[in-house]
Amino acid sequence: MDARTAEPLLEISGLKTYFKTDDGTVRAVDGVDLAIGRGEVLGVVGESGCGKSVTAHTVLKLIQMPPGKINDGRILWQGRDLVPLDLEEMRKIRSKEIAIIFQEPMTSLNPVYTVGEQIAEVVREHEHASRREALDRAVEMLRLVQIPTPERRVHDYPHQFSGGMRQRVMIAMALSCNPKLLIADEPTTALDVTIQAQILDLLGEMKERFGMAIMLITHDMGVVAETAQRVVVMYAGRVVEEASVEELFDRPLHPYTQGLIRSIPRVDRAADQRARLEAISGTVPSLLDPPPGCRFAARCKFATAACTQAAPDLREVEPGHKVACILY
Amino acid sequence: MSQYLLRRLLIAVPSLLGISIILFTILALAPGDPFGELATNPAVPPEVRAALREKFGLNDPVYVRYLRWLMAMSQGDWGFSFVSRVDVDVLILQRLPTTLIVIGASQVLALLIALPVGTYAATRPYSLFDQVANTLAFVGFSLPTFFTGIVFILIFSVTLDWLPFVYRSEIDATGFAFVWGHIKQAIMPVAVLGLFQGASWTRFVRSAVLDVVRLDYVTTARAKGLAERVVIMKHIVRNALIPVVTLVALQMPIVFGGAIVTEQIFRIPGIGSLLISSILANDTPVIMAVTFVFACLVILFNLIADILYGWLDPRISYR
Repeated sequence: MDARTAEPLLEISGLKTYFKTDDGTVRAVDGVDLAIGRGEVLGVVGESGCGKSVTAHTVLKLIQMPPGKINDGRILWQGRDLVPLDLEEMRKIRSKEIAIIFQEPMTSLNPVYTVGEQIAEVVREHEHASRREALDRAVEMLRLVQIPTPERRVHDYPHQFSGGMRQRVMIAMALSCNPKLLIADEPTTALDVTIQAQILDLLGEMKERFGMAIMLITHDMGVVAETAQRVVVMYAGRVVEEASVEELFDRPLHPYTQGLIRSIPRVDRAADQRARLEAISGTVPSLLDPPPGCRFAARCKFATAACTQAAPDLREVEPGHKVACILY
Repeated sequence: MSQYLLRRLLIAVPSLLGISIILFTILALAPGDPFGELATNPAVPPEVRAALREKFGLNDPVYVRYLRWLMAMSQGDWGFSFVSRVDVDVLILQRLPTTLIVIGASQVLALLIALPVGTYAATRPYSLFDQVANTLAFVGFSLPTFFTGIVFILIFSVTLDWLPFVYRSEIDATGFAFVWGHIKQAIMPVAVLGLFQGASWTRFVRSAVLDVVRLDYVTTARAKGLAERVVIMKHIVRNALIPVVTLVALQMPIVFGGAIVTEQIFRIPGIGSLLISSILANDTPVIMAVTFVFACLVILFNLIADILYGWLDPRISYR
């Protein structure tokens, strides 16, 4: 399980994805390092706009290029760098080896094709299966994601499914070619709380069954605590802390991570013991022209003059616990 | 589905009745008299004229005449032309095929231009191709057909003498020469109408495709590892076609209107020129019948649009 001892499945280092806009270059991902081991669940957390989705989309090269561009860095997939690959080579990796599900199940499926056709399409593309075989696989996948009467539902259109059911269909589609890594980009954000729990449970079950690794992108610390083994915290296009889930919640080091954890509502304490929810004051810096030094400095209570000089590197301060902060 | 069709056809009946009432009333109230010409003809004595008016019931009130027209019409009797003394249905059937062929071919040409050009431009927005296509499309639909038609005649008939500019329904040839003669005389009107429609549809297809390109399910399709060609044809164009189909069908009345002008310019013996000449001659039975045929065609195309719409978009059900 330990990503550092074995060769990681996916290893991203120094990744920079920039977007050219009329106002200048947006440094959405600006030097991200992270690794995922085989069968591991890695949580990637951070607030909106911190670059976590762009990182995920960059892995599969799903960002619009132009205006997007991978300016620097490596994306090693089982030791092979994906950055220089052309579209034809990337196609063989998409869904077959690395699959992705998105935030909005309501809009992620094409409204004019049956869900069966949309799942079967993946199988036909990667396994050159016949129409019949591919459709049988679709039924089987729908059964695995616990959609009732799959042999009937396979002929239904997306609008005949609820949001949670559509996310199940997306999971079925993503796993239909048995990928080694599933990128789940905020898979529960658009869903009701009860449905969220069901989808997270389903992802866990699917992981048991297929043994794939999961890169779970979320802004919800609760989801991370429940699902992930290791966590990467991102802020303004960079990784600020990385640790195991237990370690991160017990001993958060980076002031930003500490702020994130303090902002989780606690209902397990009596009302009189409950502290007022603490918000992190200030706003995320613009990624158009980010300040030099630590990007969190402007919002950090511990900031010193040195913080605004040079950006701190991500350093391992304890085994398995990395942080990018000059305090450590 | 068949129930839906039946219901739609039944709904068309009151619409057509309403249209015919309005048409008939306007024609009855309009100045002009089909026998006006006879009045100035000294060879026709006034009492003959009066007898003719009486015979054709022109002295009856409007609603009586309308009901008489409706009864005859529903029995398949479209009346006969006061001017050419031929049954109206014969007259229309002579003219309709030419119009349908010219309009049909021009619409096919327009789609053949608009679909590939619009799609290609939209998948490469702001590229050189996109900008050139956009500019040409803008020029294309800014120039009215009566202008481009005359320019075409000047260039291809008068100056170059490649194509005839008078359309003939009778061509004195057989076999290949006969077919070629028909094609040759149809080239200019079809091109004028087709390029005009194609230009405006290109812009529409482009914006429809651009709307779809950015949607989540297109990213899903790419994430599946599908080839870009499949992503475009299956997941983008198919969805972008839904609004395009509506536009094409709803523009049909305008197309028929435009065809009337084009038929005048190229002297095409179609239904449009029949309408113009019958209006000039106050030939009410013919005007009534031709406008009624237009109304039927418009309603028919709306129905076709609805059926295509439901076929393209499964979220729409026929209930």
